[in-house]
Amino acid sequence: MDNITIIEPRKSSNKINFKEIYRYKDLLYFMVLRDVTVIYKQSVLGFAWALINPVFSMLVFSIVFGKLAGVPSDGIPYPIFSYAALIPWTYFANTLNASGSSLISSAGLFTKVYFPRLIIPLTPVLSKLIDFSISFVILILLMFYYQYMPTMKLFLIPLLILILLLATAGLGFWLSSLAIQYRDVKFGITFAVPLLMYAAPVVFPASLILEKYGTTAYHIYGLYPLTGVIEGFRAAVISTKEIPWDLIGISLIGAILLFIIGLNVFNKLESNFADVA
Amino acid sequence: MLPKNKIEEDIAIQVNGISKAYRIGLEEVKHDTLGSALVSFFKKPLRNLKRLKGLSKFNGFESSDIYWANKDITFNVKKGEVLGIIGKNGAGKSTLLKILSKITDPTEGQILIKGKVASLLEVGTGFNPELTGRENVYLNGTILGMTKKEIDSKFNEIVEFSGIPKFIDTPVKRYSSGMKVRLAFAVAAFLEPDILIIDEVLAVGDAEFQKKCLGKMKEISGNNGRTVLFVSHDLAAVGALCDRVVLLNKGSISDVGLPPDMIKKYLSSNNYVNEADYSDYKGSGDWLLTGINLLANDKRDENVIWQTGNSVIINLKYITKVFGKSPYVILLIKDSFGNTPFFCFSKVAFNGEISLKDIGEINIEIPKLPLLPGSYSIDVTFKYGRDTSYAKESIIDFEVHKGDFFGTGRLDDGLVNSVLVEQKWSFND
Ligand SMILES: Nc1ncnc2c1ncn2[C@@H]1O[C@H](COP(=O)(O)OP(=O)(O)OP(=O)(O)O)[C@@H](O)[C@H]1O
Ligand SMILES: [Mg+2]
Repeated sequence: MDNITIIEPRKSSNKINFKEIYRYKDLLYFMVLRDVTVIYKQSVLGFAWALINPVFSMLVFSIVFGKLAGVPSDGIPYPIFSYAALIPWTYFANTLNASGSSLISSAGLFTKVYFPRLIIPLTPVLSKLIDFSISFVILILLMFYYQYMPTMKLFLIPLLILILLLATAGLGFWLSSLAIQYRDVKFGITFAVPLLMYAAPVVFPASLILEKYGTTAYHIYGLYPLTGVIEGFRAAVISTKEIPWDLIGISLIGAILLFIIGLNVFNKLESNFADVA
Repeated sequence: MLPKNKIEEDIAIQVNGISKAYRIGLEEVKHDTLGSALVSFFKKPLRNLKRLKGLSKFNGFESSDIYWANKDITFNVKKGEVLGIIGKNGAGKSTLLKILSKITDPTEGQILIKGKVASLLEVGTGFNPELTGRENVYLNGTILGMTKKEIDSKFNEIVEFSGIPKFIDTPVKRYSSGMKVRLAFAVAAFLEPDILIIDEVLAVGDAEFQKKCLGKMKEISGNNGRTVLFVSHDLAAVGALCDRVVLLNKGSISDVGLPPDMIKKYLSSNNYVNEADYSDYKGSGDWLLTGINLLANDKRDENVIWQTGNSVIINLKYITKVFGKSPYVILLIKDSFGNTPFFCFSKVAFNGEISLKDIGEINIEIPKLPLLPGSYSIDVTFKYGRDTSYAKESIIDFEVHKGDFFGTGRLDDGLVNSVLVEQKWSFND
């Protein structure tokens, strides 16, 4: 007996079809592969570009915030302090830019063929992991240079990456599904991402919030998932820094919330994508 | 009445009352004072928000900016049937196929589909110019719903069918556009769905490749009892391939039936002859053209179709004040590139004296229209000796449809800028 497909006006209570997304896993794989192969084609430096962005930011931050402004860094040398934050941050920023405008740039695809559209904003979430992994090279060099020996705390990193992925994917789903109808969102992302960096503890330690505004504010701050991820990254590579479990826990909750909201908004708006694109 | 969600054994697709509403843009209000322009400038974001929101939200379907691209469409497709869908531009063919392929949701109605569907609304969707042919085959194949394993197993056949095995590891941006199409169609040809939905994709590619694709499509539907839904403006292909044809008009089904009947009906509703305008001529005006009609054979039928190879008549009506000054008539038939494929010149083609009455008609019969399908126009000139009485360019536009000039049932329209001539072939050894 053949299975019967029913096509009807979409109800708002429509469930997310995870089985179908799983069926299209090969498509996801080739989309990610496409992104990875295409990005540095016809460029001289190639994957070195994955390092240039965070390394130069680290240098500039170390001079401006570390040296000139004298921003505290929990007693950690400023270059490794900022670089440990820049690794997740750069991933977050690049992915959000790509993911947020992904539906707009793939309109030619999903208006011609049906496949689970969630794959489109999900692609950069995975493909940017390559750049992300490459940028660890410098972190390892910095650890040697400042003589921070690797500890068991490195095992924290998979959990931190999970939080980072959930938050980035959730936000990417959310923003991309709005941007396809309201192009303002796309411009808004370019404008807001640099500002969001200053909201995250990239150039300053989260402990500053704790000192200035107290524990409650510090914990609320943790809901911004990048807070827990960044402070966690620092703790993972710097042997003297304690793991901020409270922040990481709260950030995990924040990330899960973002993911669920993003997924649902996307699912709700999905039926309109082809019409408004 | 069948229970909901059940469909009869021999039916592949059951379309029940499908409608689709789109929001179309309304004209913006024009401002004639700086004040009102300024006010509107600051109100614009609000209006924009309302407009963008309106793209996906409908409050009642009465509003004037709602357009029904499909309206109450109901039909069935049998298993193994090749169903053609024809209609004018904007009739809603692509919209219907998009609904059937789940790209967009219907506003009303329900469709039941039995079996795996693959749709081809465009060849080469998702082709990336930077990637090689090989990489694109995999990307495009998975976009169309194949798995990596399926593509692996068919890869060699796909490359062979495309006819460009040498270039398979070259980036697609170095391909000619025809090569891209060949590769893309090759991928699509090896989809193995139960139901294949195709929108005008054969329009690209050269004649040889088109034939190959049509052959492949026939094989798809013929051998394995696959169901095919097929939109095309190529009526010859529709006639050759389809078992049944749905004729769409302004979003609704105007008729369903056998291909020849539907094609005839479509052509006659589509026969496009511009209202001619006889004024604004050059010349003395002593002898005037008052009417021009394009007729097929002798039938004074309003809805004539001019098809390649048909016997046609150009009918001219005139009025004149001057007689007996050796008049003659020149008609230039022009194609859309401004070339003149042929002309009608009374001085050489008419053997006899022209005697004009004050009001009369001239008929020029062309026993076998040598024009290829396309748009044409006619320039008319009336002369008395060397004096031009009446001259007007492009007095009438007309469309020539595909026809069977040679009586072989075959006609390539891959040729342009030429006319057909009768010819006799023989192959002797
Ligand atoms: N996303 C959209 N928003 C608004 N109107 C749309 C949209 N898509 C299609 N339409 C309108 O729906 C109507 C039907 O379009 P459709 O593409 O189905 O025509 P078609 O029969 O395929 O024509 P063609 O022969 O030119 O391909 C058109 O008037 C078109 O403007
Ligand atoms: Mg169309």
